Amino acid sequence: MTMRERFYTLAADALEADPRVAMVFAEIGVAQMPRHPRLYNVGIREQLMIGVAAGLALEGYRPVVHSYTPFVVERPFEQIKLDLGHQDVGAVLVSNGASYDASHAGRTHQAPEDVALLAALPGWTIQVPGHPDEVERVFAQALTGDDRVYIRLSEEENHAPVNGDGLVVLRDGSNGAPLVVAVGPTLGAPLVATADLDATVAYLAMVRPFPRESLRAALRSTDVVLVEPYLAGTSAAEVSAAPTRQNVRRPASATPTAIPSPWPSEPLEISTPGTRFRSGW
Amino acid sequence: MAIATCLGYDDLPELLTLLTGDEKHDWSSLSTLDVLWVLYDRVLGNGDRFLLSKGHGPTAYYAVLAAKGLIPVEALAGFGSFDSPLGYHPDRVLVPGVEISSGSLGHGLPIAVGVALAGRRTFCLVGDGELDEGSNWEAVQYAGRIGLGRLTAVVVDNHSSTYHWPGGIGARFELEGWSAARVDGRDHDELERALTVSHDDRPHVVVAEVRR
Repeated sequence: MTMRERFYTLAADALEADPRVAMVFAEIGVAQMPRHPRLYNVGIREQLMIGVAAGLALEGYRPVVHSYTPFVVERPFEQIKLDLGHQDVGAVLVSNGASYDASHAGRTHQAPEDVALLAALPGWTIQVPGHPDEVERVFAQALTGDDRVYIRLSEEENHAPVNGDGLVVLRDGSNGAPLVVAVGPTLGAPLVATADLDATVAYLAMVRPFPRESLRAALRSTDVVLVEPYLAGTSAAEVSAAPTRQNVRRPASATPTAIPSPWPSEPLEISTPGTRFRSGW
Repeated sequence: MAIATCLGYDDLPELLTLLTGDEKHDWSSLSTLDVLWVLYDRVLGNGDRFLLSKGHGPTAYYAVLAAKGLIPVEALAGFGSFDSPLGYHPDRVLVPGVEISSGSLGHGLPIAVGVALAGRRTFCLVGDGELDEGSNWEAVQYAGRIGLGRLTAVVVDNHSSTYHWPGGIGARFELEGWSAARVDGRDHDELERALTVSHDDRPHVVVAEVRR
């Protein structure tokens, strides 16, 4: 089951389970959902889609908005900025068709700018899940809040889910080794590429707010390789802001042989049991 | 009606003078003043929502909110100053009684559709120039076709749209399934009648004509 298919199942369940949840669609996805009185299809009207979600949020509902990426992020961008942000209300935006998923469909259906655009607005939590199981987790989290959440669904996915919020260190390199951060569905290639290298490899699905502290803690050198599934450099400024000189310099009293490394050599503990990275990628 | 009447219509000129600091200010030129007054004085009830989509020139709005005790009269004098909550465009986060932050045109009516879908009797004020924005028509079409009877739009028509259709605003709404009334935007009784007409099965538009 793809991320998108999983989302429709989860959305239908949420409508049944939580009277606070309302869905606002603009044709796309309606055929995949069972009818429900709180599933509003506004037709091919994306500005209205966001405005209606804002109105529902003002009245206490938890609106979920869904469409193809350029039509949920780019076309109604001012509505996202004002109807949600400037009103200080929340919604869960769920896109489908990430970056070049629709490479065959041409520029109209490609939106690698989505995360950079939303990251430019205040108050957004941005989730880039790499597996349908992660979609389930972040969608459930998003429904419990009142904030502004973007969940970017992709046709590309990793072989297995990575659980745990924030930066998850999958493999720890030695001091001086580079840190490779794989975002969302990009994890497979970096794991293969670094298999025989001394590198710390970490996974990141929640890119805003960016986990600067966790990144700082994972550093073993000043070298960071950021592997993003969208517009190159979308989080480069965040990565640059994370480390400080102190973080990449050994303590003054330490020598490599006299004092054990202050950094763990085992993968960091992940909050959920049994979710540690497993081999087989 | 939960809104306590503190001051009357005749007090509005003085309140507007506080806002503008200009005793010669021609308050009667404020196109929205009478519509706003009738809404707050005669129409809006407990649980109703009023969304000012046309957030430009909000002095009349602030004056009416102050007259009705929603914001303190003392706040008016700070209008537009650096640390005043009363900016050139209303901000719902800063001003009690302001239901939506507005200023960019064409946002209020789509939000009003969502508020009405949530079950509220909802009024939304737009300008005839504002109707140039296509986002309004997304809302007009959808609300009309689903028969959103809880929604009333008030169009203050002061002929500010460059490419307007003289007398045609109501017809455009009616074409999409709304009921429509055209009234003198200064006549309080006409406005009240048009704003309180029963329209359970369809949204309603009141075109309030105001000559400058």
